[in-house]
Amino acid sequence: MPVLQAIAKKLPLTVYTQDDPEFPSGVEAVDDTDLSTSWHHEIEAVPTLLRVEAGREVERALGWHRGEWQALTGVEDLGPGLPELRPGCGSLSVDPVRGPELAIRFGKSKLRSRRVEVAALEDEMQACFDRGWSDGLPVVPPTEARVLAMLEGTTRPPDEIVATIPPDLVPCSVEKVAINAVMAGCRPSYLPVVLAAVEAACTDRFNIHGLLATTMSAGPVLIVNGPIRKKIGMNSGKNVLGQGNRANSTIGRALQLVIRNVGGGRPGEVDRATLGNPGKVGFCFAEDEEGSPWTPLSADFGFDEGTNTVTLFPGEGPRTIFDQLSREPESLARSIAASLRTMYSPKTALAFDAIVIISPEHSRIFREAGWSKDDLRAKLHELTLIPGEEIVRGALGIAEGLPESVRDHSIPKFRPDGLHIVHAGGGAGLFSAIIAGWANGEMGSQTVSWEIKP
Amino acid sequence: MTTLLDPTSERVPAERPRAERLSTLDGQTVGLLDIAKMRGDLFLDRLETRLTEQGARVIRYKKPTFTKPAPVDLRHEIAEQCDAVVEALAD
Repeated sequence: MPVLQAIAKKLPLTVYTQDDPEFPSGVEAVDDTDLSTSWHHEIEAVPTLLRVEAGREVERALGWHRGEWQALTGVEDLGPGLPELRPGCGSLSVDPVRGPELAIRFGKSKLRSRRVEVAALEDEMQACFDRGWSDGLPVVPPTEARVLAMLEGTTRPPDEIVATIPPDLVPCSVEKVAINAVMAGCRPSYLPVVLAAVEAACTDRFNIHGLLATTMSAGPVLIVNGPIRKKIGMNSGKNVLGQGNRANSTIGRALQLVIRNVGGGRPGEVDRATLGNPGKVGFCFAEDEEGSPWTPLSADFGFDEGTNTVTLFPGEGPRTIFDQLSREPESLARSIAASLRTMYSPKTALAFDAIVIISPEHSRIFREAGWSKDDLRAKLHELTLIPGEEIVRGALGIAEGLPESVRDHSIPKFRPDGLHIVHAGGGAGLFSAIIAGWANGEMGSQTVSWEIKP
Repeated sequence: MTTLLDPTSERVPAERPRAERLSTLDGQTVGLLDIAKMRGDLFLDRLETRLTEQGARVIRYKKPTFTKPAPVDLRHEIAEQCDAVVEALAD
């Protein structure tokens, strides 16, 4: 005799079915295809057998285990033709696709954000533009189901405060970051990187307030190190600074949307950029650690290799260094230094840091010559020392420059810790790149490297 | 109908009444806040001269750096000591 019929013969039995109300045969089944009973009873697997006394559950058995079912029902010889044990299947009510939808339907959402109702005839993409939530590109409409799915990407509770966001100095919860990450197009697995970036950006050291408000072109540039790069599928190779990779394209954008929407930092308002740069939509990439002759950028900030970090640099768009003929490290270093020296203007010094991105074909030249990263950095500092007479006001026929008092001195183009070296790019092409910084130092912005935690 | 979650700070602007306007400068204390951008001091020097001529007492303040908001202590100090404030940007 089938198990359920055998139990029903001895005890009052109610059977609920999640999919086919015709199954199982021989007993009357209650249709639970809307999963409400399953959800409210927190059913994790089917079959689940519950023993109920005076309207209260007193015991449950997950999956099929003959001994357990017999003990729970007090019925002997259940399912003689069945194996002793079958673990059962996952309940549809905890299915990752349907779970968030059920949580919303049954009012168990932990989310606190204000609900904004979009009328049926209103286009939801357009609605996001109309409410001023967009950076100018379409955003993914942040429905509760999408935000709940996004929050699966972190172990942090939705109401935990991540940072105080300028310019409005608003405390920002994990939930608000998740909403903006949805809008930016992130996958849930990117959320820990976005959270770390928001934390790092809002430190006094990084000073996102000043970076937002400046008339200069810079915005936050994010560089990711550690195993998470591979795990979330970031690009550190061909077209590393370009389009085409979802993680690279959306993580930096999520940070910028948090600044815009939570902090109230909008172009033309507190964002006073004269020109801006396309990277202000979002600028994020991963270092090519595997192909690098050197330790990763994160190690320069004291992190052990293998630590997941995001490093924030206040920077503008990248500028390519073209050198196809250098085969000796001295020559290539001179080439890079000559480009660095003109950064912003050949008449500025010590105000702006830089990231130098060395691509694989260029790094090979340093690798083969045995140059460490510090060797290259020291050489670049040496080669960017500028004779005072070339940088004083009026020199080269240019009014811009430093005061006459420096004429007899050599002036370093960069602060001692103002040159960052990162390895990235495709395997073919003798190019490197410079990302110019912004008002670096204690009175402006300092580069911040931040550990990414789950 | 779709329901979206508000991505903003949801701040309802608190109604903050404006401080009463001064009817005269004579005998009033006016704070001049230099935001630490170059040449802002030249502008404020001139303002100080003009204000003093009209009988105001002038107190000068300066932000540590123009790139960051004025420290809360500085804002409090100005609010405590002055009847009016001029914040100047010159660039």
